[in-house]
Amino acid sequence: MYKILSRTNLTDIIIKMEVEAKRVSDRCLPGQFVIVRCSEDGERIPLTICDYDREKGTIVLVFQIVGASTKVMAELKEGDSFTDIVGPLGMPSELCEMDIEELKKLNLVFIAGGVGTAPVYPQVKWLKEKGIKADVIIGARNKDLVILEDDFKNVAENVYVTTDDGSYGRNGNVCVCLQSLIDEGKTYDKCIAIGPLIMMKFAVQLTKKLGIPTIVSMNPIMVDGTGMCGACRVHVGDEIKFACIDGPEFDGWLVDFDEAMRRQTMYKTEEGRKMLELEEGATHHGGCGNC
Amino acid sequence: MEVDVMKKVPVREQEPLVRAKNFDEVCYGYTLEEAQAEASRCLNCKNAQCMKGCPVSIDIPGFIQQIKEGNIEEAYNIISKSSALPAVCGRVCPQETQCEGKCIRGIKGEAVSIGKLERFVADYAMEHGLKPRKENEPNGIKVAVIGSGPSGLTCAGDLAKKGYDVTIFEALHQAGGVLVYGIPEFRLPKERVVAKEIENVKALGVKIETNVVVGRSVTIDELLEKEGFRAVFIGSGAGLPKFMNIPGETLNGVFSANEYLTRSNLMKSFREESPTPIMKSKKVAVVGGGNVAMDAARTALRLGAEVHIVYRRGEEELPARVEEVHHAKEEGIIFDLLTNPVEIIGDDKGWVKAIRCVKMELGEPDESGRRSPQAIEGSEFDIDVDTVIMSLGTSPNPLISMTTKGLEINKKKCIIAEENTGKTTRDGVYAGGDAVTGAATVILAMGAGKDAAKAIDEFIKG
Repeated sequence: MYKILSRTNLTDIIIKMEVEAKRVSDRCLPGQFVIVRCSEDGERIPLTICDYDREKGTIVLVFQIVGASTKVMAELKEGDSFTDIVGPLGMPSELCEMDIEELKKLNLVFIAGGVGTAPVYPQVKWLKEKGIKADVIIGARNKDLVILEDDFKNVAENVYVTTDDGSYGRNGNVCVCLQSLIDEGKTYDKCIAIGPLIMMKFAVQLTKKLGIPTIVSMNPIMVDGTGMCGACRVHVGDEIKFACIDGPEFDGWLVDFDEAMRRQTMYKTEEGRKMLELEEGATHHGGCGNC
Repeated sequence: MEVDVMKKVPVREQEPLVRAKNFDEVCYGYTLEEAQAEASRCLNCKNAQCMKGCPVSIDIPGFIQQIKEGNIEEAYNIISKSSALPAVCGRVCPQETQCEGKCIRGIKGEAVSIGKLERFVADYAMEHGLKPRKENEPNGIKVAVIGSGPSGLTCAGDLAKKGYDVTIFEALHQAGGVLVYGIPEFRLPKERVVAKEIENVKALGVKIETNVVVGRSVTIDELLEKEGFRAVFIGSGAGLPKFMNIPGETLNGVFSANEYLTRSNLMKSFREESPTPIMKSKKVAVVGGGNVAMDAARTALRLGAEVHIVYRRGEEELPARVEEVHHAKEEGIIFDLLTNPVEIIGDDKGWVKAIRCVKMELGEPDESGRRSPQAIEGSEFDIDVDTVIMSLGTSPNPLISMTTKGLEINKKKCIIAEENTGKTTRDGVYAGGDAVTGAATVILAMGAGKDAAKAIDEFIKG
């Protein structure tokens, strides 16, 4: 069960795996996620589905090493198996529910940041299959952290890579990139932003100003992922939603990102302690995929 | 040993102040000698009232007579005809309102300790490798059961005994439902008791597929139309936690009892080496007065916190079992009764620092017969805590009803099902347990699973 058919390092800390998970690949749609465990006593880790092959019965997972559990997961090799994979969980992307002809009329832009670039891929691929065009902005701290650029070139209308330090593609963060595209004369009717919370927060501030409705994908702390624990509570406007069953995608203009960032730190010291136990003193910084 | 016929033979328990610091089982259970002494108190009534109080109608006087005579294996055979989970029921059933509540001995003295005797027999059976017996040869007809909690396991076990090819679909990575994620180790040991009873159900031929969220991974329509199942039983429980909708509920340090207990019980975060973290709290308020609230409170206590139960009604109205309240008090849980939270206060970093409450008084009885609590004006006060655990009950997950054609639910999102058969509004689909009733007890869910198994058998045989 859940055998790993291939494994690639996209960067030093971002890993891609193709895994057998027939029940997931049969039914999953862009926007949905799975929960995995990689050992008998392991933590339940939510991961967005990056790609799927219904015929082969496989899904593709992309994750970043951010804590003790993802570090253990990164040690899995081709031929090894996950102990558990459950899904697809959450609601499919709003795009999947929309009328195809209506979608074709829209100018769509995706903003993908860090490891959040991975869950953007199946959405753009799904659109391409339906004959719908979309632009994609891929943002990363530096050249070495840019992932899936070639994959996106096959499915997106235009791909704009931008790095914080200017070491590759355009210079600046995703907001700088979006603003300059607008300044260059581009118009967009809808934006889908997936990445670190801090990136989504600022992307949404900009799209509000630009008047571009924006969907974001939340990746909060979860235990079961089926609506049972409520750890993933997120304020969307005045309402409290469960990201696992009501989301993970929400109207970005309404999400309380400051609260989400605060809740993300709930177990930070404990995780740090577990990581240190695992690494004995080495100071490891997993990038900001999980700010 | 000497027996006072008016009183139960006392059962040995871990010392309160010792057990408050560990997760080992509180109650040790009877020895053979104690069980036989207690069994001797049974009057073996011809018209046994106790059986009428049992949702799965165990032949109670029958198995107790066998204990008296020392035939424990036969006692087990009698129980296992009616119950798939005797070691669980002997521990967590509310016997005082069921079998023991109707015991004739209870009129003048104390009822026979039926629960502890059931537990004794079940534990003996596990130690001696006794298994339930199959009644019929396999008939190859496939039936799907959704959820591996008490109702699902019971329904699956009964159908397998009748010869059906049963598959249970479980959403989590481990089978057992609330027995695994909800009820703590110190009340219901997971490996020694729950896992063994599930093994017994599997020994009847029941298959369990974990990691299947019905409604997402597969739908009921697909199970019936594509995977060849002739009937489906829904025992998916009541898993969605309720919150109070008061300010401050998304502060860091506010949890549902479901989350807190799932971390500790299913993910084993009470163990230092578990990769799943749990909040290291100093002072905890558990809001609510049911069994789940007691479980959450006693778990937090064992993890080293000072724990307050905050409940809006009085002691008599506590919905938890008397035994659980008694155990909680013995261990040092503080009960702030007639107290209701109105707000959770955070510090400047967004972590819980206090819970603001009002004092309550009881007014006239409401429709449920319970006296309804009313806030006393101007009685606001703060309890300094770093953690708040909301234990206000749960409701069924709408995922299955949302994704199944023709399956109707009521206003409370519970699946509509016939009382004695579990028959839903969709042909071939049956339901029982908390998914139908809303949060209730293990044994009521088992009773519903049992009734549905009988109805499914009749439906298939036409």
